[in-house]
Amino acid sequence: MDGGPADEFRVRFDGVHLRRGDRRVFDGLSCGFTRARITVVLGGSGAGKTTMLRLIGGLSRPESGSVYVAGEDVTRLSERELFRTRARIGMLFQGGALLDSMTIFENVALPLREHTQLSEHEIAAEVNRRLVAVGLPETGNLYPRELSGGMSRRAALARTIVTDPEIVLCDEPFSGLDPINVRRIEALLIDLNRRLGLTMIIASHHLASSLRMADRIVFLVDGRAIAGTPEDLLRSTDQRVLEFLRADSDGPDETSRHVPATASAGRV
Amino acid sequence: MKAPAISTLGLRTLELVGHLGRVALFLSHIGRVAVKKPYRLRRLVNEVFDSGVLSLAIVCLAGATVGAVLGLQGYNTLTRFGAAGSLGAVVGLSLVRELGPVLTALLVTGRAGSAMAAEIASMVTTGQIDGLRMMSIDPVDFVVAPKALAMLFVLPMLSALFIVFGFFGGYIVGVELLGLDGGTYLSSLENSIEFHDDVAQSLVKSVVFAALVGTIATYRGFHAEPTSAGVSAATTGTVVAASLAVLLFDYVITALWSV
Repeated sequence: MDGGPADEFRVRFDGVHLRRGDRRVFDGLSCGFTRARITVVLGGSGAGKTTMLRLIGGLSRPESGSVYVAGEDVTRLSERELFRTRARIGMLFQGGALLDSMTIFENVALPLREHTQLSEHEIAAEVNRRLVAVGLPETGNLYPRELSGGMSRRAALARTIVTDPEIVLCDEPFSGLDPINVRRIEALLIDLNRRLGLTMIIASHHLASSLRMADRIVFLVDGRAIAGTPEDLLRSTDQRVLEFLRADSDGPDETSRHVPATASAGRV
Repeated sequence: MKAPAISTLGLRTLELVGHLGRVALFLSHIGRVAVKKPYRLRRLVNEVFDSGVLSLAIVCLAGATVGAVLGLQGYNTLTRFGAAGSLGAVVGLSLVRELGPVLTALLVTGRAGSAMAAEIASMVTTGQIDGLRMMSIDPVDFVVAPKALAMLFVLPMLSALFIVFGFFGGYIVGVELLGLDGGTYLSSLENSIEFHDDVAQSLVKSVVFAALVGTIATYRGFHAEPTSAGVSAATTGTVVAASLAVLLFDYVITALWSV
C-alpha cells in the first residue's frame, strides 16, 4: 500500500474519511509512520495536521477507515481501552496543555503519580532529571503562567516523555517561538529520537526545521497524503507541493535559502 | 406555516431529551468515579475551600440582611393583628423551609457554580482536558468529580449558616430595634420549628440543590465549545439553568413534602 511491510509502520492510516461541517478534512487518507523515525506532517492551515494527531491519540474519531497504533485499531476502542494504548503515546499539545492549577513539578510528576508505584523520593528524582534534560532546572516550583512560551513548551515536553512513551506526537512544537528556542526544541526532539529510538510524528508548518529534522515527510493536501523523504518533497513536480514550498519562501521565514544545506545536515 | 412550527417543536423536544440523557450519563460517570479509588481527597478539600470558604462572607451577609428584612416586614404585618409575639416563628419558618436553602443555592450558583463552569470550560479551551485524556487520566475523575462532590458538602453547610445569620438579623431588628421581648422572639422561634417538617425538609432541599448546581455547572463547563465565547456561554448557561432548576425543584419538593 505505502510500500514496505505493514509492520514497519508503527502508526498507520487506512482509508480515513472525516468531515467537519460541510468541509471534507480527510477523503480516503492512507499513510504510515515508520518506527523509530521522525516523520513531519506538513500542510497548510486547515489541512488536518492537528486532526491527524488527535485521531492517532483517539481524541477524535473518523467517520470511516482505520487508524492503527502499534497494531491496534484505535477507532474501535472504547475510552477505557484507549487508556491502555495511550500509555504508549506521549502527546505534546500546541499550547503545552500544562495544568495551570499545578506547579511545573506537579505537572511533570502527575503521570508518574497516576500510573506508577514509585515513591515520592523516586518521583522527585525522575522529575528533576527530566527538567534538567529539557534545560529547565530550578523551575519546579513555578506555575505554568510564570514561564515564557519556549520554557512552557519544554516543560510540557518533559511531561510528555516522563513515562517513556514509544510514540511521541508533537502538535506545532515550534509555533510562536523565536529562532533560538526553535533550534533548542528541535535538538531535544532529535536527541530523543536518536538516543531512545522513539517514533516521532510532528505536525508543523515550519518548513525549515521540518526539512532539517525529518526522516520522512507526510504532506497533507486535499484530504490525502503525499509521503516521501525530504529530498522527494524538494524534487517533487506536484503542483500543490511546489505551491506550498514557493509560498513559504515568499513568507517572512528565511527558509528557502537555507533549505539545501540544512536539509542534508539534519540527516547524518 | 404550521408544519415547520411543529417540526421545530419536535426537534427542540428531541434535543432536550438527548440533553437530559447525556446529563444522566455524566452524573452516573461522576458517581462511578466518586466511589472508586483513588479518592482524591486533597483535590476535594481544595475544592471545598474554593467554593465553600470563599463563599462564607457573602452567605453570612446575605443571611443577616434577609433575616433583618423578614423581621421588619413580619413585625409590620403581625402588629396589625396584635401578633407581634410570633415574629420568631415567621422569621424562623420562612428561613428554614424556604429562604435558607433557596437563596443560598442561588448565591452559590452565582459565586461558585459559575466559577466552576468557567474553570472547566477554560481547561477545555486550552487543551488541558485533552491533555489529561492523553495521559490516560480520566478528566471526570480528576477534575469534575471533586468539584461536584465539593458542592454536595458545601451547600448544606452554607445553607445552615445562612439560616443562623438570618435568625440573628431578625433578632437585631425585632428585639434591639423595634423593642420586642428577646425571650418571646426566641421561644416563638424555638417552638415553631419541628425536625421532620422543617429541618429535614431544609436539609433535603439543600442537598438536592447542591446536586443540581454541581451537575449543571460541571456539565456545562465540560461540554463547552473550545472558544472564549464557549467559556462565557458555559458560565451564563450555568447560572440561568441552575437558578431555574433550583426554583423548580423547590416547588416540587415542597409539594411532595406536604402530601
